[in-house]
Amino acid sequence: MNKILEKKQLSADVFRMKIEAPLIAEERKAGQFLILQVDKELGERIPLTIANADAQEGFIEIIFQAVGATTRQLSRKEAGESVEAVLGPLGQPTVIEKKDGPVVCVGGGIGVAPMHPIVEAHHKIGNRVITIMGARNKDLLIMEDEMKALSDELIICTDDGSYGRKDLVTVPLKELCESDTPPAEVIAIGPPIMMKFCAETTRPYKVHTMVSLNTIMVDGTGMCGGCRVSIGGETKFVCVDGPEFDGHLVDFDNMMMRLKSYKNQEAHRCNLDIEAEKLEAERK
Amino acid sequence: MSNYKAPEILEKEASELWDTLKETELTPKSRRDIPQQDMPSQDPDIRRGNMEEVAVGYTAEQVFVESARCLQCKNAPCINGCPVSIDIPRFIKEAGDGKFGPAIDVIKESSMLPAICGRVCPQEKQCMEQCTLGKILKDPEKSVAIGRIERFLADWESENRPETAPELPPSNGKKVAIVGSGPSGLTAAADLRKAGFEVTIFEAFHKPGGVTVYGIPEFRLPKAIVEREVEGLMRMGVTFENNFLVGRTRKLKDLMEKDGYNAVYIASGAGLPKFMHIEGENLVGVFSANEFLTRSNLMKAYDSNAATPIYQAKRVAVFGGGNVAMDAARTAVRMGAEEVHIIYRRTEKEMPARVEEVHHAKEEGVIFNLLTSPVRILGDEDGRVRAIECLKYELGEPDESGRRKPVPIEGSEFTIDVETCIPAIGNTSNPLIKQTTPGLEFTRWGTIEVDENQKTSLDHVFAGGDISQGAATVILAMGDGRKAAAAIIEDLK
Ligand SMILES: Cc1cc2nc3c(=O)[nH]c(=O)nc-3n(C[C@H](O)[C@H](O)[C@H](O)COP(=O)(O)OP(=O)(O)OC[C@H]3O[C@@H](n4cnc5c(N)ncnc54)[C@H](O)[C@@H]3O)c2cc1C
Ligand SMILES: Cc1cc2nc3c(=O)[nH]c(=O)nc-3n(C[C@H](O)[C@H](O)[C@H](O)COP(=O)(O)OP(=O)(O)OC[C@H]3O[C@@H](n4cnc5c(N)ncnc54)[C@H](O)[C@@H]3O)c2cc1C
Ligand code: SF4
Ligand code: SF4
Ligand code: FES
Repeated sequence: MNKILEKKQLSADVFRMKIEAPLIAEERKAGQFLILQVDKELGERIPLTIANADAQEGFIEIIFQAVGATTRQLSRKEAGESVEAVLGPLGQPTVIEKKDGPVVCVGGGIGVAPMHPIVEAHHKIGNRVITIMGARNKDLLIMEDEMKALSDELIICTDDGSYGRKDLVTVPLKELCESDTPPAEVIAIGPPIMMKFCAETTRPYKVHTMVSLNTIMVDGTGMCGGCRVSIGGETKFVCVDGPEFDGHLVDFDNMMMRLKSYKNQEAHRCNLDIEAEKLEAERK
Repeated sequence: MSNYKAPEILEKEASELWDTLKETELTPKSRRDIPQQDMPSQDPDIRRGNMEEVAVGYTAEQVFVESARCLQCKNAPCINGCPVSIDIPRFIKEAGDGKFGPAIDVIKESSMLPAICGRVCPQEKQCMEQCTLGKILKDPEKSVAIGRIERFLADWESENRPETAPELPPSNGKKVAIVGSGPSGLTAAADLRKAGFEVTIFEAFHKPGGVTVYGIPEFRLPKAIVEREVEGLMRMGVTFENNFLVGRTRKLKDLMEKDGYNAVYIASGAGLPKFMHIEGENLVGVFSANEFLTRSNLMKAYDSNAATPIYQAKRVAVFGGGNVAMDAARTAVRMGAEEVHIIYRRTEKEMPARVEEVHHAKEEGVIFNLLTSPVRILGDEDGRVRAIECLKYELGEPDESGRRKPVPIEGSEFTIDVETCIPAIGNTSNPLIKQTTPGLEFTRWGTIEVDENQKTSLDHVFAGGDISQGAATVILAMGDGRKAAAAIIEDLK
């Protein structure tokens, strides 16, 4: 059992929770995630990124969007209550190296949360960080202050222009690729369709682009193969080989198809999907 | 094996037979004429729709009759067939005399998990294969049904003997960490705790038991049996740290260097599913058997209140011929599939699955496509599985091992319409501990290298079960656990 220490609502359906997990807080590195189970007997195990952690205080933070049964159930928990289980930290940590040029971090929607520890780590070793944040509208933007504090430059895009630029995140990304100081590396995290188009945007410029894949998972330890994706024609398990992969090698279409496996059964539409479909429609 | 007979009929036949047998002086000749007692089981038509245990267990009369078949051989070849050398003639003698308490005590001298092994041991390849009676009758399946008697005794014990906490020696102040709570880890924990060690089992999942809880289905091994073993260990003072992934939550070396464990036993199993690398394997509707079984067993997808979904399909194809394949096929039947196919490259004789499971699968209507292999999986425009294309095989010349190798028949391709495919072609070792434990030596198959005492290349680190043997059996994993415990006791003296 892990105790919820604090809960905040960031937007209509996005929540931030501090959860007691001293060992995970001590071991976790940027890019890693955990598997959380709200209730033991009949509960589902869902993967969530470790958005922040404090080893001294022994807690981790998660930021999640209530999209379906389990994330909604979690959103109804209050500080002082507990979740049944938290397993982690899982996955390979992000490779954080000193770069000659700027590191561009693109976060879409809830993807800004998993981006936070990565931005923090690049900032810490002295890389020049340019962060691009995108959301449908102003109300859905999260963690703006934190990102601003850690980034050398922050570009905000909204689909409806209610805040920052009225653009898709790929527009400033393209501009940066074409500038005099092109990115040394791009990291994109968000809805699959956004990551796909970020990878397509950087491909002609041959800018190394990492994406963090959010497949369906069961165990998170490499045991079931449910999280498998095709990377450069090879099958990889996101939970143990990832979650980050070279965006230019990912078969996004297959991954998006697999994400919809239980669509009929779970009988509700994922907000990410709605957002993604809109993004795609706009691009066409 | 005979056609389905209801438990009441088997019970009646056994008690009538026993009435005559108990009056007669049995000779070796008359013993071998006693028919083997069938395992009573739920009616196939009914059990297709429930998760309850299929085999319901012998009655006392069946145990008497079956025990009367044992020739009490002086050299007891059956013992050599049992990986933990249970004194089989001795426990059968006691059981036949109705002394069930002393009988189970004999088993427990050598095995910690008789209720599990009695149910899942591939007996006809172990104890029963060596049995003299089977040799005489020229069929190991006709041997004394050792495992069924063993199961009866284990169940008898849990119903008739109150649970008592065994007397334990005081703690010797030394700590042992066990990685993984499958049969191997549980067995080692019991032996080490009894020897006075402080034992902690670290388990990645939220429930202990390993494959016996996430893989082998409820209808073959009720979870309550595993839970009882785990509770017994808790009463003995073994600590369970669930939701703890060694290598990630803590590195193995940190357990020793930071957390003060004096020795570690790695029993992390063979939990990495193999895929066949054929076209279409990442389509929607293709699941490893591990995923399919975990969703249904551990995450209880068969319960309509469970949050974890399972993919609905009317037609299912399972690739493979082992226990895992049988379990997946029979689970699919219970999840509502109308047509379930087993696709296996060789013949039924070569199937590694337990004979009883193959028999049960057939009774439940599973269709066996033998000498057949899938070539590719076909999808529809949404990327969902729609059919599989298979190739027929025939048996060729015997190879060096004497086995006739299947060779493909050219042009024999055909398709079967299905919505779900479940590759169940085996597991390899999870590389996590390898990646995070420098200095630990592995074989080229990815298993941990151990000596005859389960000792690895690192000091005070031992390993056993599926992680050192490759995918093996419950009883072999248990045997390794015992050996490792003995070696750790010696090592930490
Ligand atoms: C490595 C990793 C890190 C993640 N980090 C975060 C995070 O920090 N914050 C966050 O809000 N979410 C994150 N996710 C996504 C999160 O796991 C899913 O939103 C969650 O599993 C949905 O569960 P549910 O029961 O609430 O919804 P369900 O009822 O299971 O599903 C609701 C809808 O979401 C879709 N869906 C199911 N699983 C996923 C998935 N993994 N990704 C996208 N859509 C899915 C379904 O198709 C369905 O339409 C992460 C996923 C991965 C793999
Ligand atoms: C579907 C299926 C059916 C089977 N049927 C039979 C049968 O009928 N008869 C038979 O004899 N055998 C059968 N087997 C094989 C048998 O179950 C295994 O040989 C046996 O369980 C191996 O035991 P183990 O203790 O080595 O490992 P496991 O039972 O695999 O247990 C290992 C445990 O370690 C945990 N773990 C792994 N890595 C870590 C880590 N890094 N940190 C913490 N925990 C970790 C896992 O979550 C797991 O719980 C079957 C196997 C399967 C999959
Ligand atoms: S443990 Fe298995 S092999 Fe040994 S006697 Fe029992 S059933 Fe036979
Ligand atoms: S070999 Fe068979 S008949 Fe002989 S003692 Fe063992 S079980 Fe009995
Ligand atoms: S989630 Fe099961 S293997 Fe990755």
